[in-house]
Amino acid sequence: MFPAIVLAVPLVLSGCAGDASALDPAGPDARAIARLWWVMFYASIVLFALVMGLFALVMLKPGAGARLPEGRWILWGGLWMPVPVLMALLVVSLVQGEHLLAREGSGDALRVEAHARQWQWEFRYLDAENRPVTVDVLHMPVDRPVEVVTTSEDVIHSLWVPVLGGKIDAVPGHRNRVRLLADKTGNFGGLCAEYCGTGHTNMRFRVLVHEPEAFRALLERGFVE
Amino acid sequence: MTQTRGGQSLRLHRQLSAIWGTGPGFARLAAVNHSVIGKRFMATAAIFFAIGGLLGMLIRTQLASSESPFMEEGLYAQVFTMHGTIMMFLFAIPMLEGLAIYLLPKLLGARDLAFPRLTAYGYWCYLFGGTMLLAALAFGVAPDSGWFMYTPLSSRVFSPGINADVWLLGITFVEISALSAAVEILVSILKLRAPGMSLARMPIFGWYMLVTAGMMVVGFPPLILGSILLELERAFDLPFFDPARGGDPLLWQHLFWLFGHPEVYIIFLPAAGAISTFLPVFAGRPLAGYRAVVVALIAMGFLSLGLWVHHMYLVGIPHLALSFFSAASALVAIPTAVQIFAWLATLSHGRPRFSLPMLYFFGFLFIFVIGGLTGVMVAMVPFDIQAHDSHFVVAHLHYVLVGGFVFPVLGAAYYWVPHMTGRMPVNHLAKPAFWMIFVGFNVTFFIMHLTGLRGMPRRAHLYPAEPGLEWFNFISSVGSFVMAIGFGLLLLDFALHFRFGRAFRRNPWQARTLEWAMPTPPPPYAFASLPHVEVRADTLHPDRIGAELAAGQGYLGFVREGRMETLAVEAIGGRVEQVVELPRPSYLPLFTALATGVFFMAMLFKVYVVAALAPLLVVALFLRWTVGRGRRSDSGPEDVGRGVSVPSHFESRSAPSIWAMMFALIADATLFASLVFGGLFLWISAPGWPTPVMPQPDGIATLAMLAVAGLGCLSAWRSIPSGGAGRLAPLAFTVILHAGTMIFFAWSAAAIADPTEHAAAATVFFALCYAALHAAIGLVFAGYGLWRAATGWVSSVRLLDLRIGLLFHLYAFAAAAITLAFWWLMATLGGTGIPA
Repeated sequence: MFPAIVLAVPLVLSGCAGDASALDPAGPDARAIARLWWVMFYASIVLFALVMGLFALVMLKPGAGARLPEGRWILWGGLWMPVPVLMALLVVSLVQGEHLLAREGSGDALRVEAHARQWQWEFRYLDAENRPVTVDVLHMPVDRPVEVVTTSEDVIHSLWVPVLGGKIDAVPGHRNRVRLLADKTGNFGGLCAEYCGTGHTNMRFRVLVHEPEAFRALLERGFVE
Repeated sequence: MTQTRGGQSLRLHRQLSAIWGTGPGFARLAAVNHSVIGKRFMATAAIFFAIGGLLGMLIRTQLASSESPFMEEGLYAQVFTMHGTIMMFLFAIPMLEGLAIYLLPKLLGARDLAFPRLTAYGYWCYLFGGTMLLAALAFGVAPDSGWFMYTPLSSRVFSPGINADVWLLGITFVEISALSAAVEILVSILKLRAPGMSLARMPIFGWYMLVTAGMMVVGFPPLILGSILLELERAFDLPFFDPARGGDPLLWQHLFWLFGHPEVYIIFLPAAGAISTFLPVFAGRPLAGYRAVVVALIAMGFLSLGLWVHHMYLVGIPHLALSFFSAASALVAIPTAVQIFAWLATLSHGRPRFSLPMLYFFGFLFIFVIGGLTGVMVAMVPFDIQAHDSHFVVAHLHYVLVGGFVFPVLGAAYYWVPHMTGRMPVNHLAKPAFWMIFVGFNVTFFIMHLTGLRGMPRRAHLYPAEPGLEWFNFISSVGSFVMAIGFGLLLLDFALHFRFGRAFRRNPWQARTLEWAMPTPPPPYAFASLPHVEVRADTLHPDRIGAELAAGQGYLGFVREGRMETLAVEAIGGRVEQVVELPRPSYLPLFTALATGVFFMAMLFKVYVVAALAPLLVVALFLRWTVGRGRRSDSGPEDVGRGVSVPSHFESRSAPSIWAMMFALIADATLFASLVFGGLFLWISAPGWPTPVMPQPDGIATLAMLAVAGLGCLSAWRSIPSGGAGRLAPLAFTVILHAGTMIFFAWSAAAIADPTEHAAAATVFFALCYAALHAAIGLVFAGYGLWRAATGWVSSVRLLDLRIGLLFHLYAFAAAAITLAFWWLMATLGGTGIPA
């Protein structure tokens, strides 16, 4: 019964998702992470079933496992099974992490500074001449990476846009970087992930992803509607 | 024959009980016996578990619907902070300490732990520190910055009340008990075993606790240092973590997780050790892969110290560095898998029978394997970007900690509570209780992984009213109530057990370990005489051995001059080496803990005059502990039975207290090393470096001080004679050198114009105070040695007091030299910045 439940999980999830679900990605980075999650999820089910199946076997059929010497049990289960799985996973995640974690000056990225304070986000668009500011709303163009630099003026906050697969802490005294890339237009949820005091719950913001022309027009007007 | 043997047993029992027993009434406050204190630790931890559980229920009640008006955000913050704090510091750690304190002497074949009064002192510190936190909760001023107390949120600016101070001081108070238990457990395992029990013959639980206690000795000091630094910043404005003045909030995170990650394994290993002890009994054969498990444990201990950064993937550390920690985190899965397959191998080669402990083993396996798998997931940097600080991580950590600790401990409870009560479980409610806890747990936390991936952050008291999140949270809340009812049934089950459990004669599970080779409930002296162990100590026959030992046929099967005696062995080989005379029940641990509490309360309420005087009282009381301990004449080897004679520990070169001093100094050195790391970390990472406000050391003074430190080592060394009585002159000289060192460092610290101006000055200031404090303690040790030597407690063979002192003198003078080096290093680096 348990496997049936877990296999049905994706079906349950595809319905009624909010606008801040990591499993409902709106960009290639988030999609890659979601894919990694599903692969790990199904692999975990197999490994879990294996361990519990072996437990059921040794408990319910005494002697069935005795043909395998003790040392083999430990060597196969404790070493030969986990080592290749872990190695493969580490390589994949190393490559993916290298791709995901933004480094300085990635080409045509739009530069935005996200300044956090208790309890709001201030986004400053560094590529526009007058460096306009929006509060608790991040405007960005579709299909173009946005390099967000986070800073904080009081405590530690964490900027998280689940549908774009980006999260980075805003630490006072430090400037951290995260790259956001959307491939769909829309209105998505963003939030503060690090507990930052009594206003933490409501330190949410919106991410508005526009068509490039619409974004350019907004940027030129300084986001004044 | 049987008649005489029975009569002999009874006579021995009466004699031993008279000197080992704890008195009635108020005399209970003087208890130092490991069975008594172990049970107190576990009972107190169980009460904290219930309180922490109730706080968890409040959280689930709040989150049952999206816009719940049940709690406002300030109260909610206190509730989730205290839930985590209580479960980690006041439940899990003390529970495992209690289990180890109760079991270890009995498993290892000793009559008590090495330092019974320290056990009692640790318990009182735990009780008083925990009570401080609970009182704060009752008065509505409980800590509210989350259980890992990230600063600047926990700094004076953003948490102006006493809430954060309650955490920093209360938890540090409680950690005294963790450190003292760790030292005591290490020494007891290494020294207080039955003769013949080499390390390789030790019951596997001994290995688990040896590794655990070793991790505690190096795991807790970074947290204690961090707490001291943060409290100094809050109380006296020393800016260790303030980015505006050269500090760095990330320093706190490093220090916290340097402790926090080993902590997870510190909690898991004893629980796994309990499984490795009871599972073979129900499999009907010894543990498979004993050596592989020992190697896995040691590997786990080392790996766990190199994982802390996986709690910090998103603080801005370069990806390459993260990859290292990611790989190390994934590798921890291997020693874990080795243990799991050792258990499966044991079962597969045995004739397993199902019983209550095995039911909890099933619960453990099911939940912990899921927790381990999600642990590998969050160790992967890309996935952690999404999962970090979301409810996915909340689900993961509950799978690991509840699966890896609560379930095994409940299995252990069903296995060993009969040992404490002499009664068997009743069984009517036990199974329904298990299934309600098990199902309730999975309903609560399995769905929570998905809640997190759907964008639910940790520690938010409201969430968007969308159907997905609402349903998931509601299901979690329902599950948590099922689980709570299960725990209610469990409590009732144990109440019935205490009242109606069927009495048994001996060894109800047919176990093969020594703790069952004694009457149950156990007498205060545990063993009427001590066994000689010639095989691995999980393949013994407790029924036969028990009767022999009760009749006094082992070692020390007699009472000598009303002394409380047990044996110590050579650490690795297990050859009998010395007879240890343990101290009597005493009120001093209670009084000393009260005096310690005065210090912490004075710090909390900022009565700094009292806070400065209280440590003097604590030192005076600790000195009072030594009065009357020792011998006034050389006694030479003493008969311990079975034709063996060994010296008393007062005359041994490797007495337990010498080992204890070494481990205490390792903990102390770890704290100091964390400080050096902290200084270098600030130089590399914090904004505002290099700085002009860097206090500069003086060349000539430094050289003079180095000479004093060298002389100090030399004179301390010379105070231990190679023949003849203790030498008073070198000891007196050591006193003078410590005094000079203390004055030098106190004066240097005072000469720093304004340590609050910059973290560089604050760090150097702290290091100088550290060296001064150690010189002051060295002064006490040297003075104490003089006093003992002058009053006839020291001779050419009775050198214990001086040997302990020597270790401390060497450390204190070395720390003084390293402090100077650290000052020069900081002065040089702090003036130049990072080389390009």
